[in-house]
Order: sequence, then C-alpha cells, then structure tokens
Amino acid sequence: MSPPGFYTIFWREMLSVRKKPLKFLAGSLIMPVLYLITFGWGLGRGMRVQGLDYLLFVLPGIIALSAMNNSFSGVAVTLNISKLYYRTIEEILVSPVGPWSIALGRVLAGCFKGLFSAGMLMLISLFLDAGVRYSVPFLLVLFLTCLVFASLGVLAGMLARSHEDMTNFTSFIVLPMAFLSGTFFPPEQMPEPFASLIMIYPLTHAAVSLRSLTAGAGVPLISLTVMVAYAGLFFYLGGRAIKTMEL
Amino acid sequence: MIRTEDLTKRFGQLTAVDRLKLSIGHGEIFGLLGPNGAGKTTTIRMLTTLAKITAGRAWVRGHDVAKAPLAVKRVIGVAPQGLNLEIELTAVENLDYHGRLHGMPRHERRARASELLVFVDLSGKKDVPVDQFSGGMKRRLLIARALMHRPQILFLDEPTVGLDPQIRRKIWGLIQALKSQGVTVLLTTHYIEEAEALCDRVGILRKGRLIALDAPAGLMENVGKYAVEAEGQNGMDIRFFKERAEAVSYAGGIRRDVTIRKTNLEDVFLSLTGEKIGE
Repeated sequence: MSPPGFYTIFWREMLSVRKKPLKFLAGSLIMPVLYLITFGWGLGRGMRVQGLDYLLFVLPGIIALSAMNNSFSGVAVTLNISKLYYRTIEEILVSPVGPWSIALGRVLAGCFKGLFSAGMLMLISLFLDAGVRYSVPFLLVLFLTCLVFASLGVLAGMLARSHEDMTNFTSFIVLPMAFLSGTFFPPEQMPEPFASLIMIYPLTHAAVSLRSLTAGAGVPLISLTVMVAYAGLFFYLGGRAIKTMEL
Repeated sequence: MIRTEDLTKRFGQLTAVDRLKLSIGHGEIFGLLGPNGAGKTTTIRMLTTLAKITAGRAWVRGHDVAKAPLAVKRVIGVAPQGLNLEIELTAVENLDYHGRLHGMPRHERRARASELLVFVDLSGKKDVPVDQFSGGMKRRLLIARALMHRPQILFLDEPTVGLDPQIRRKIWGLIQALKSQGVTVLLTTHYIEEAEALCDRVGILRKGRLIALDAPAGLMENVGKYAVEAEGQNGMDIRFFKERAEAVSYAGGIRRDVTIRKTNLEDVFLSLTGEKIGE
C-alpha cells in the first residue's frame, strides 16, 4: 500500500527521532526540568498562589510551555535547516506531495514532540506528590496547544531567511511569550494594560485552560476559541508559505 | 517531451533566462552548456516547478508547468546540483523515502531500490549512512534516487561537478544506459567533454540567452572541423578551418610553435562569444 503524502513527511521526521532516541529524550526534557527545579522548588517552595501550592500552580504552566517549546522548535528548526542548509525540502517540493500535506506532516511531527515532552513532565509530576490530576480534556487542550505552536513553527521555519532570523524570532516572539503568558504567575496579576495585552498570546490561553482543568474546572470558551483560531490561522499561513515559496 | 516558448526568468533587474525556446524529443539526451551564471540551473528550476516562471510558457510531457505542476512532478526525476540527500539516513532509506514521497507501494520500493543500488554500484553500501559517503558515491545515489519512481524525464544539474575523471566516466556510463531505457535526459554542464560525450544535442547558453543549438558535431562543423593554435603576442591565436588541407597549409606558414587539432565545443563557444566557458 502506498502511504499518503502527509504521513510520509511525518514518518521522515519520526525516523530522525528513532535514530537518536537519547538525544531526543534529553532535548525534550532539559528545559522543562530546569524550569520545574527553578520555579517549582527553588523559587516557589512554601509559596502559595491563588490559594494553591506554587508548584501545583506553576506545573500546568510549565507543561504548556514545554509543549509550546518542543512543538515549535521541533518544526521550525528542522524545517529551516532543511530549507536553508541541506536543501532537502527541494526533494519534497519536486515530488507530488502538495504543500498542505507537507504542512500537515510537519505539524503532526511537532505535535508528537510537544506531547512527548509534556507527557514526560506529567509523568515526573506524578512522583512529586504535587496532587495534580490529569484528564482527557487536559490532553486534548495540550494537543491543541501543540497544534498552535507546531503550525507557528511551520510558518517561522518557512519565513526565516537565515539562522539569525530564526534566533530573532525565538528571542523576540517565543521567549517573551514563554515568560509573560501566565505560565509562572496569574495573568491578572499584571498591571493594565499588560494584563489585557498578554491575552493576545496563545500560550496565555493554553496555560489558563490547563490550570483551570487541573483545578477541576472547565476550559474557558474564549480561550478555546482563541486557540482554535490561532491554530487555523498559523496552519493556513504556514501552508501558504510552503506553497508560494521560491528558493 | 519538453518544450518552452519564450521562457523567461527575471530576478529584479537581472534577466537570468531570456526568452528561451527549446524542444526536446523523447529519449533524447539534451545538454545545456554554458559558463556559471548563464541561466542553466534557473532553467531547470523553472522546468521542475521550483522557480516561478516570469514570462513565457513551458510544457513537460504536454503538461503546462505553471498550470499543472503536480502532473509535471509525477513524470520527472530531479538530481540537483547541490547534494540534497538525507545525510543521516542510509542509502536504502534515502531511496525508500523518495519512493514513499512518490506514493510507491512497499514491495515496489524494495525491488526498485535494490535494482538501482546495483545500477549505481552501491549495493555494498546500502545500509551505510550517507554522511559517510564520498562525493562520487553521493552523486551516484542522487541519480539513483531521481530514478526511483521510474520518471520518463530526468533533470541532471551538473551531474559530475567536482568529481575526478574516473568517476565522471562512470556517471557518463549510467546516463548513457538511461538512454537505452528510453528516459529523456536534460542535463546542464560547463564541462565541454561532458556535453560532447553524452549529448545528442546541445544548447549553448550565455547570459540567459540561447546562442546556439545543434548536435555537437553540427556545432563544431559550423565553426570549422579543424583548429590551428599558435602562440601569439597576446596569448593563443586560434583559427578554424573547414578542410584539413587548409589547416595544414596555414599551420605550415607559421614560424612559432603550432598545434593542429579537431575543434571542440569550447571553440564553438569561443567563436560565438569571444570568451572561454571557464572564464
């Protein structure tokens, strides 16, 4: 049987993961574990936020952050290298696999990477006795988070015309979002207008939703809507960037 | 199999390919010859759907390249000048991946990959990661990969650039074998001997323009079959002659060191442009 185009793109990315499992594992875990140690134990021990142990508060934020980082860079960096350095993307572009299949395959690979690192973190957290409970809606929101940022990864990877562009994108867009999006503190704690401004970030909605779910409440509809809209927008722009690309 | 009409590519002010008109038949090995920057690669990139056509039209096996890129992609194989293999994958994985991209079923991928690895003499290296390959091995694998899905038309951009003569001949042998399999080949080169040895017809490109198009023998005959080279005050003086006797008698009248030889495509380029291809 011949596999569909998007699956081939996904399969190729997974082949890299399978070839270097340890590198992949370490790469997925180093950042979130550092965050967990710094903010969960180092800074947050004994601290309470919103009536919760800070660790319990910060954990969903770090999980969202980790999903974002790994799904974003897992797509953006490899795609950018394949476009600028190895030029292996040309091999795909002269094959009958269309731009939307390329985007979809890459996004799914990014989702795998994001979910994997978030999943490992969730696993670790079960041993921390933080008292957090995970649910199916939690996993679904996590998947949506990965969709958003893997799609953004396609867009960034395609638009960046150099490694410097890529670094700048990370420094000026991804990094501020990582710190400001209510991952480490409740967004409403910010003074206005910043409290409202950070609601533009999709990661804020991911963190808020995941936190709400671990606290046993539902997902705010507005957050869900914003994330779905971002996922759709980024996917569309990313696919179009592949379609109209000229090397 | 390939036809272009006033095919043009502009990058801002620069016209990389200027109103190119070509028609390449089934089973032909066609060469685009010219110095670096003549527009050879850009032409291939337009025909393989990688670069957008600024003006004019192109058809590959009857499919309009701009309007039906997908149909074009199904019938072409491309071996680009840059070695864009997946270097962390093995030789056979590279072929398998390509087969998947072209929707080939598993058993067909396996059979075709082993067949091609024999064809390019890499069977013994099939499970070796490509980053351990030499330049010549990579180039052969690149050609095998382009052939994986049995394309009817093969584009080879500088197929032997940077390779030593022995490996170059090996690759020439592969390309000639393709002709007997009915594959149409469009290749670019800036090597004179390569164009002469392989191509049924050669189009000479200079600054984006096609300045000559014929079989190599025809091009050379046009210039004159014989060249007489003598050391002059400013480098070599070259003169061309239709008849051997004329060349001999001219050479006999020169007091300096003198060489009589058959003309080659370099002479054709020189007589058309006043420049050498390598310059």
